[in-house]
Formats: sequence, structure tokens, C-alpha cells
Amino acid sequence: MEAKTAEFTSNVARAIADSQLQGTMTETGPRFIEKRAKARAGLPEFDALRDQARDIKDHVLAHLDLYLERYEAKVVESGGHVHWAETAEEARAAILGICRKLDAKLATKGKSMISEEIGLNQALEAAGVTPVETDLGEYLIQLRNEPPSHIIAPAVHLTRDQIEADFRKAHTHLDPNRDLTEIPTLVEEARTVLRQKYLDADVGITGANFLIAETGTSIIVTNEGNGDLTQTLPKAHIVIASIEKIVPTLEDATTILRVLARSATGQDFSNYTTFSTGPRRPEDPDGPGEYHVVILDNGRSNVLGTEFQDMLRCIRCGACLNHCPVYQAVGGHAYGWVYPGPIGSVVTPALIGIEKAKHLPNASTFCGRCEEVCPMRIPLPRLLRHWREKEFEKHLTPGAVRTGLGVWAYFAKRPKLYQFGTRVAARLLSVMSGKKGRLASLPLAQGWTRYRDMPAPQGKTFQAMWKERRHG
Amino acid sequence: MELTRPRVGLFVTCLVDLFRPSVGFATVKLLEEAGCVVEVPESQTCCGQPAFNSGDRKDTADIARAVIKAFSPYDYVVAPSGSCAGMIKAHYPELFATGSPDRAAADALAAKTYELVSFLVRVMKQEKVAARFDGSATYHDSCSGLRELGVKAEPRKLLRTVEGLDLVEMEDAEVCCGFGGTFCVKYPDISNVMVAKKTKKIAATGADLLLAGDLGCLMNMAGKLKREGSTLKARHVAEILAGDTATPPIAEGE
Repeated sequence: MEAKTAEFTSNVARAIADSQLQGTMTETGPRFIEKRAKARAGLPEFDALRDQARDIKDHVLAHLDLYLERYEAKVVESGGHVHWAETAEEARAAILGICRKLDAKLATKGKSMISEEIGLNQALEAAGVTPVETDLGEYLIQLRNEPPSHIIAPAVHLTRDQIEADFRKAHTHLDPNRDLTEIPTLVEEARTVLRQKYLDADVGITGANFLIAETGTSIIVTNEGNGDLTQTLPKAHIVIASIEKIVPTLEDATTILRVLARSATGQDFSNYTTFSTGPRRPEDPDGPGEYHVVILDNGRSNVLGTEFQDMLRCIRCGACLNHCPVYQAVGGHAYGWVYPGPIGSVVTPALIGIEKAKHLPNASTFCGRCEEVCPMRIPLPRLLRHWREKEFEKHLTPGAVRTGLGVWAYFAKRPKLYQFGTRVAARLLSVMSGKKGRLASLPLAQGWTRYRDMPAPQGKTFQAMWKERRHG
Repeated sequence: MELTRPRVGLFVTCLVDLFRPSVGFATVKLLEEAGCVVEVPESQTCCGQPAFNSGDRKDTADIARAVIKAFSPYDYVVAPSGSCAGMIKAHYPELFATGSPDRAAADALAAKTYELVSFLVRVMKQEKVAARFDGSATYHDSCSGLRELGVKAEPRKLLRTVEGLDLVEMEDAEVCCGFGGTFCVKYPDISNVMVAKKTKKIAATGADLLLAGDLGCLMNMAGKLKREGSTLKARHVAEILAGDTATPPIAEGE
């Protein structure tokens, strides 16, 4: 997917001016938070499970090669194929190769962020394979040709009215006078349209929440059951997943599953948790004839062993987005690439380069709410700060900021000079404010005074007054 | 008795020093009333957060070394700010390599550094204050104090002992006000959405007074309240706990 991360500032301005978006964000944001809080309260060992989940992934990341090899051997043993893809291009090529062999015309798809990351739909279309998203949210944004705005709720930015209009535009074979005012009716219509696609599809493509080294199994969690139909009905099931999805055992997967849905939607468990191991066996009543797993690196292995490694623990639950006041203010599209929110601001620079994504790590107040709720205990503010350090090292920090910081640091390291400066500033700003105690505008601080008044200093610095009091 | 009085180095913070000395004096009063001897090292400037959060590790480490040197003689270091205390407590050690002398000194300073109100309650075991305020107040949990230092119950505990004060909780008291240091001027549009949401929740309480433990957040929220034409007042929690309301509230004139 093409990155629009460099236009962050204008993306933000557009998002803030979009009253429809602001309305949906205000409505949906608090709901995710309440549900997670309730789920967490209902499980006394929740925080202990977070520690276990973190430890499992840390162990995997320390022995990633070992577990990936073990996983591959098990997939092959169960009759499946593993395709290693170092880049997005290699991943697309592997999938298109499978489609070509099967002479595929139609591909149904379960929800997959990796598919978005590698721009799979566009590649399929260009190769003459029609992709159909079967996750309702993904289906909605596919109709609009938009990227997801949230990791687990891709269409969270849309209103019911927008969805109704899109359905009327897309489903022209249905009665134009049908009643679509109720949400269940919209869901039913999508279900009916998609049902036939499952039956007609040549390949089914899904992501994976986990790859299990012990058994060669891939796991997906869904709430609509669309993933099951996507992967069992067509001739081939293609799983697309990134290297860090691996866990050693089934037991490990179930530990992490206990924190996943609770953190994501506030459910104890997702409606469907589907385990897939290899293609259909002779004694199976159904299942795909072929089972392929495309394992993507796309820059992730470069993160191993660096100060950024913790990001690879992420299980894409979306809790950090739901709790992030910046995400809640601007929505997912403003971030300009596949992964929004705090985790997106950490992952995106690693995958597309800090030069292109330099705004993202800066657009945070470091309030720390993301880290507070992360089920995998990823220290998100610290990782964001590490990106700022990289920017500073590479001289990507804007000139004005760098100069301002340099001047400030020069003073901060010279207490006598600093205190002289603050005495002058306190006096000056206080005089400028008159008797009002605040300034409505201030040169060099327009970022502040555009939206709020600047409280004025009381007139003398504490240091000066303290000295007077002591020696006075 | 005199010998057992702890010597506290007051880390006054750059914002209190420049904008609101009254918070510094309220802090001194509270500490002295709690039985501490308060001293103010003259060489202090700032904790270094602007550099730290801009990715400038070298300047941060230089400033940290100076703070460590200035404050190491004291039994405790206390700041009327969760953000600056959090910087010293949670982040100074990260700046230096494990095993280095700088790291040992940073760890030692971190161990004895506290945010004001939590220091009064946790270390000085203070149960109540001798102050009076007639009116209702709502308390905003500033992010660093809350999440880096776990300050939540302490200010409420002491505020409930202020005679005449009715403490009302706002919705989303734990949600960031949008200040974020340089964030508010680097991304003013986002910051404004955040602070506007915050002032709405503050106003919805019907309280007369907004309180918090960090001047940065308070300047942001008070500045927004004034721009919106609100009559709500804003003060640092130390001023109310010290019963020191002689100076006008934040962003208010004489």
C-alpha cells in the first residue's frame, strides 16, 4: 500500500474538519474502552496472563529461526506448503503463483492486515483474480476502495448512512426500494451477497493470528464465521502471515488468546477460533485441496535484537488505538499507512523507513495509556521515543525545533544565564499581559495561542523570590 | 527531634519557577508543615524532558548529571509535578549504562525522588491538611504522575480533608489533556481536539475549581477554559492543600 505518512499534518487537518468522522469516533471510542474494562475486571488473573503472554513472545523472538523451521517441517508433514517471502513483492508473487496454477478467477478473503500491508488486492486484480473481502468491515471499505482505519474494526470510521449509500450503489441487482434503515438488514444483505461468493471462489485467503510451531497449525479468530467459509470451501486455502506470529505450542496460543479478545472487543473469546492444519485429508468431510502458508518478513527481522524488538510481540488487538487520545482525535486514516494508532506509529517507521514516517512517533503526548492497556506489555511510549532519537541522530528533526532545542539546552546547562533569562521572561510576559493574567496571542507561540490563552507569569521567578526571602 | 527532620531538596520545576512561584511557596509550606527542612539548590534549571522527548539523549544526559549532582546531598527530592518527578525517577536511570557510576548515582537519586502529594502521604504519612476552601473542585490526573508514579489516591485523600471543599469526579479524569510538552505546539490541531474534550468534561462536573498536580497540564486546560469564556478557576493542588489562595488563579488577573 502506498504510504501517505508524509502528509500527516494535512491528513490530520482533514480528519479534524470531518464532522461525520468526529461523530463516529466520539460514539464508538468509549464503547471499546468500557467493554475491555469489564472483561478485564471479570478475570482476576488478567495481568498475570499479560506477563505470561509477554514472556512467551519474548522467548519466541529470541529463538525465532528455530521455531519457524520447526513450524515449516510440521506444515510439510501435514501436506501443506510454506512459501518464504522476504519482501511484499515476493509475498504477492507467491500468492499470484498459486492462483495461476489453479487458474483462479475469484478469491474470497478473510480479514488480514498483512494483505493490506503487501497491497494484495490490487495485485490480484491486476492479475485477473477478483478479490472479495468477506469480513463485513473489510467488505465495506473494499466497496469504497479505502484502507482500514482500525486494526480490528476496519470500517469504524463509517456511519450507517454511508454504508446504506454504498450498498445501494454496489448491490444494483437488488430492489432499489428496499428498506435498509436497520443495521441487521444491512448485515443480512451483505451476508446474502457474500454467500454465493464463498461457493464460487477458487481460492480462500486468510491471515493468521497465530502459527503454532508444535503442530504446523494456523489460527484465525473471527466474530462472523466468514473466515471458516473462506478457508474451507475453495480449492486452496492460502494463509498470509508475518514471521512474528509464531508461538511454540497450542498451550502458548491459548494463553495469549485469553488476553486477545478481552483486550480487543472485550469478549472473553471471539465467536470463532479456527485451527487449520494442512489440506483436507481423505477422511475429512470438507476442507481445501491445498494448504499454503506465505510467511512474510518485510523488514521485521531487521528489528530483532534492536531497541525496537518489543514491537514484534504485538498481537494486533487494537487496544492501544482504542485508548489513544490522539487516535481518537484523528482516526486511523490520518496515519497514512496500514497500521494506525500507537502501535502503527512504532511499526510503520520500521517497515517503510523513519524518513517517510517521521511525523508518526512525534504525534504523541506520551500519556502512556497505550502501554497501560497493551496485553503484550509493549512499552509503546519508550519505542516512540527511540524513534525520535533515531530522527534526532539522522537530522530529520525539523530545523526550527532543533534550533529551539539547542538554544534551550544551552541555557539549561548554564544555571546563572538561565536564571537571568527566566527573570527577564517572567517580567516581560507579565508586563505584556497587563492585569489580565493571560495573553491572547504571543509571537513564537502561535501553536498555543491559536486555540487557547497563555497564562501569564506572576512576574518574578521562584528562584529570585526564594533568594529574597532567604536574604531579604 | 531536629536531627530526625528529613532534608528535602525542592525541585521547583521550570514552569513553576517561571510562571507560578506561588506553587513553589505552597509546596515549601506543605513540606515544612509536614516536618521537613526544605532547601532549594540554586543550580537547578529543568529536568531535561524537552530534550529527552525530542530524542536528544546527549543534552538530556548532561542536564541529568547536573540535577543528580545538585540534589544528591538531600534525603529526598520533591517536585510539585508528576511529570518532572517521573522524569527523574523513571527515566534518569535509563540514560546511563548499567554498571556505570552515572547509573548508580541516577538510581540513588531516583529512589529518593517523589511527586509532592504522594510524598506527603506515602513518606510523611500525612492524613490530613489544615486548609479551607469553600466550593467544589474536580481533580485531573496528569499522565506521568498517574502512570509513571501511580499517583491517584493521594491527592484525593488529602483534598477530602480540606474544610468546605466538595470534591467532584469528572468523567475521563485519567485521559490526557493534550498538553504533552512540545506536542501542544508541534501538533496544535490535535492538541486542541484533546483539550476541548477535556474542558467539556471539566465543565460538566459543575465544579468551581479545576485542580491538578502539574502546571503544564493546568496551563493548557486553564488557557482553553479562558478562551472558551468559562468562569471556572484553575489552581495547582498544592495551593489548595496549603490553603494558599492569595494569588489569582491560573490565567486570571488581579
